[in-house]
Amino acid sequence: MLQIDKEACIGCGVCEENCAFDAIHVVDGVAEVNDNCTLCGSCVEDCEVEALHIDKAEQDETADLSAWSGVWVYAEYRHGRIAPVAFELLGVGRKLADQRQVKLSAVLLGHDFTDEAEQLIAGGADKVYVADEPGLEYFTDDAYGNVLIDLINEHKPEIVLAGATAIGRSFIPRVATSLKTGLTADCTQLAIDPEGGNLLQTRPAWGGNIMATIVCPNYRPQMSTVRPLVMKPLEADSSRKGEIIPVKSAPERIDSRVKVVRSVIEESDQVNLTEADVVVAGGRGLENAEGFALINELAELLDAGVAASRAAVDSGWIPYPHQVGQTGKTVCPKVYICCGISGAIQHLVGMQSSEVIIAINRDPDAPIFSVATYGVVGDLFEILPELIARLRVHSKIN
Amino acid sequence: MNIFVCIKQVPDAKDVRLDPKTNTLARDGVQSIINPYDRHALEEAVRLKEKFSGTVTVVSMGPPQAEEILREAVSCGADEAVLVSDRAFAGADTLATTYTLAQAIVKCGKPDLVLCGKQAIDGDTAQVGPGLAERLDMAYVTCVRRINDLVDDTLHLERMMDDGYDVLEVKLPALMTVVKEINQPRLPSLKGKMKAKKMAVTVLSAADIGADIKQLGLAGSPTQVVRVFSPEFKGERTMITGTVSEQATQLAEILVEPA
Ligand SMILES: Cc1cc2nc3c(=O)[nH]c(=O)nc-3n(C[C@H](O)[C@H](O)[C@H](O)COP(=O)(O)OP(=O)(O)OC[C@H]3O[C@@H](n4cnc5c(N)ncnc54)[C@H](O)[C@@H]3O)c2cc1C
Ligand SMILES: Nc1ncnc2c1ncn2[C@@H]1O[C@H](COP(=O)(O)O)[C@@H](O)[C@H]1O
Repeated sequence: MLQIDKEACIGCGVCEENCAFDAIHVVDGVAEVNDNCTLCGSCVEDCEVEALHIDKAEQDETADLSAWSGVWVYAEYRHGRIAPVAFELLGVGRKLADQRQVKLSAVLLGHDFTDEAEQLIAGGADKVYVADEPGLEYFTDDAYGNVLIDLINEHKPEIVLAGATAIGRSFIPRVATSLKTGLTADCTQLAIDPEGGNLLQTRPAWGGNIMATIVCPNYRPQMSTVRPLVMKPLEADSSRKGEIIPVKSAPERIDSRVKVVRSVIEESDQVNLTEADVVVAGGRGLENAEGFALINELAELLDAGVAASRAAVDSGWIPYPHQVGQTGKTVCPKVYICCGISGAIQHLVGMQSSEVIIAINRDPDAPIFSVATYGVVGDLFEILPELIARLRVHSKIN
Repeated sequence: MNIFVCIKQVPDAKDVRLDPKTNTLARDGVQSIINPYDRHALEEAVRLKEKFSGTVTVVSMGPPQAEEILREAVSCGADEAVLVSDRAFAGADTLATTYTLAQAIVKCGKPDLVLCGKQAIDGDTAQVGPGLAERLDMAYVTCVRRINDLVDDTLHLERMMDDGYDVLEVKLPALMTVVKEINQPRLPSLKGKMKAKKMAVTVLSAADIGADIKQLGLAGSPTQVVRVFSPEFKGERTMITGTVSEQATQLAEILVEPA
C-alpha cells in the first residue's frame, strides 16, 4: 500500500501531476490514492517533503542469497544448430560474470551433439552442462523446463539468461514460476549495479515507447530473456579452456504432456534478413508495390537483405517476414539503408544497433535522422535510380 | 467443456508516450481496450464451445473499471464473467499475477481448457500464460496458430516457432496462448449486447479466492521497476548535401567502402 503521511503532505500536487496512472489526487489539501495505484513508486521519489512511502518490508528478505553464485546461459539448440543468440548471451554473460568474479556456464539440451559444447567454450563459457537424451530431441516445455529447473536447484546460479525466442519465451516463464523467482522479458540491456551487485535488466515496454529498468533484489536466480541480435558475441577462440559436464535426468523428468508430432522448418526464399551484412529497407514513402522494385534492385546490387516498415507490410507491398521493428524482426547489419521510412520508435527498436545507418527521406525533420549515421534529405525516386546507376558502373569496373 | 479465458484491460499502446520533460506517461485521451491478443483467445474459446458445447468464463484481474471489458467479452459470446479485484493486487508482476489468476480460476471450477493471449500489449511479457499453467499444474502450448481438431480429449494443434511451426498433441486439461493468426474475432451480437447489459459480473476479492496475502501484489512480486525513461539514440550524423547527382555519388562511395 502507498502510505500517505497526512501531517507531512503540503498538498503541492507534484505527485498528482506526475502520476502515470491517474492514481493520486490532492483532495482538500492532502494527497489521496485510489485503486489505479500500481505502486510503481515514482511519486515517492518525487515527493520533496517525504510524505509518501511504500512499505516494502513485507517482502521476504531473510532468504540467504549468498548461496547463489555464477552466471548461466541457456544455449538454445534446434534442428542441429546452436541458435546465434546463445553466443550473444555468452558475450554479455562473460562481462557480467567477470564483474561478479564468478564462472560463466552454458546449458545445452538436445540429442546427438557433436562439437556443440566445444563451440560454447570457444564462445566464452567456463563450463557447459550437456543433457543429451532422445527425449530432448524436440523442444517441449515440460522436459526442457524440468531439466533446467533441476540443474538450477542443484547448482544455484545467481543469474540465468535465455534468448527471447519462441522457445525461450515459452519455457523460461514456467521455470521461473516453479522456482518462485522473478523473470524479466525481452531485455535489451543488462548490467550489474555497482552498489548492490544486482542485475539491472532494461527492456522496452508499451510497444517500445518506454524503457524500464527492473531488478530482482530478494530472490534468486535473477532471470531474464534477452532479445536476439542486441548483445554482441565474443570472437570465437578455440584455445579457450572449459569443462564439459554431462547431465543425466530421471526418465519421468524428460516426459512431456505435450507430444510433438512433427517440427517443420518453413523455407524462406529470401536472404535471411537477420544474418545479412547489408539491409535495404523501404517504407510508406515508396508509395506502392512498384516502388519496392527500386529497393529490390538496390538490394540485389549490394547483395543485401530486403526489409520493410510495418506501414509497407500492412499496405501489402511486401510480406510480413520482412518487417523490422517491435512486432517484426530485429536486425543488426553492418549497413542499414532506409528509404521512405519516418523512423517511428517501433521501427527504430528493430534496427538502431546497426553499425551504419543511411536514411533517405524528403522530410528533414523525420525522426529517422536522429539515429542515422548518414542522412540524405531528398526524393528517393530521384536519388535511388542515380545511386543504382553509379553502383552498376562500379560493379562493371571491378 | 469448461473453458476459461484470461483477458486484460490495457491502454491502447499506440497512444502512450513518455513526456520527455516530466518523464511520465502521457495518457491523455488514451483509450482502454481488451488486450488485442485476448480477443483472439476469446473467439477461439467461443468457437470450441459452439462446436463441442460447454461454457466460456472470462476472467480478468484488474481495477473495478475492468468490468467494462468483461461485459464486452460477454457480448462477443462468453457465458460467465469474473472480475478479480482488490487493492492488495496492486503492483503485481507476472509471478503474483499468475498466483492470483490461478487461485481465482480454481475457485470458479475445474477448467478443461484455459486460453490466454500470446502477450499483453502494455507489458509485452508473454509470461502470464506459461506461469499460470505451472500454477495450475497443467500442460501448455504457447503461440498456437491453429487448432486442427479435438478428438477424445486430445487437442491437435500447431504452434508458431521462429523458424517454422510444430505440430502437437495435448490431452486436456491444458492451457494455451494464441497468436493473431488463429482466427478473426467476431463483433458483438445484438443478443450478446443485451445479455452483457443485464448480467451480473462476479467480483472476487483477495479473501474470496483464499489468497495468501504475502503472494499478492507488490509483496508477492520478486521484480521491481527502478526506472522508466524514453528510449535515447546516439544521433551523431553526417548530412549528405548537394544536388541529387552529388548526393548519389557520395552515397555510392560510402556503400562501396563503408566507413
Ligand atoms: C504496437 C505497435 C507495434 C508496431 N510495430 C512496428 C514494427 O515492428 N515495425 C514498424 O516498422 N512499425 C511498427 N509499428 C508502426 C509504426 O508506429 C509506424 O507507423 C511505421 O513504422 C511507419 O512506417 P513508415 O515509416 O514506412 O511510414 P510513415 O510514417 O508514413 O513514413 C513515411 C516516410 O516516407 C517519407 N517519404 C515519402 N515520400 C518520399 C519520397 N518520395 N522520398 C523520400 N521520402 C519520402 C516521408 O517523409 C515519411 O517520413 C508499430 C506500431 C505499434 C502501435
Ligand atoms: N491481469 C490479468 N488478468 C487477466 N488475464 C491476464 C492478466 N494479465 C495477463 N493476462 C493474460 O496473460 C496473457 C499474457 O500477458 P503478459 O504475460 O502480461 O504479456 C494476456 O494476453 C492475458 O490473456
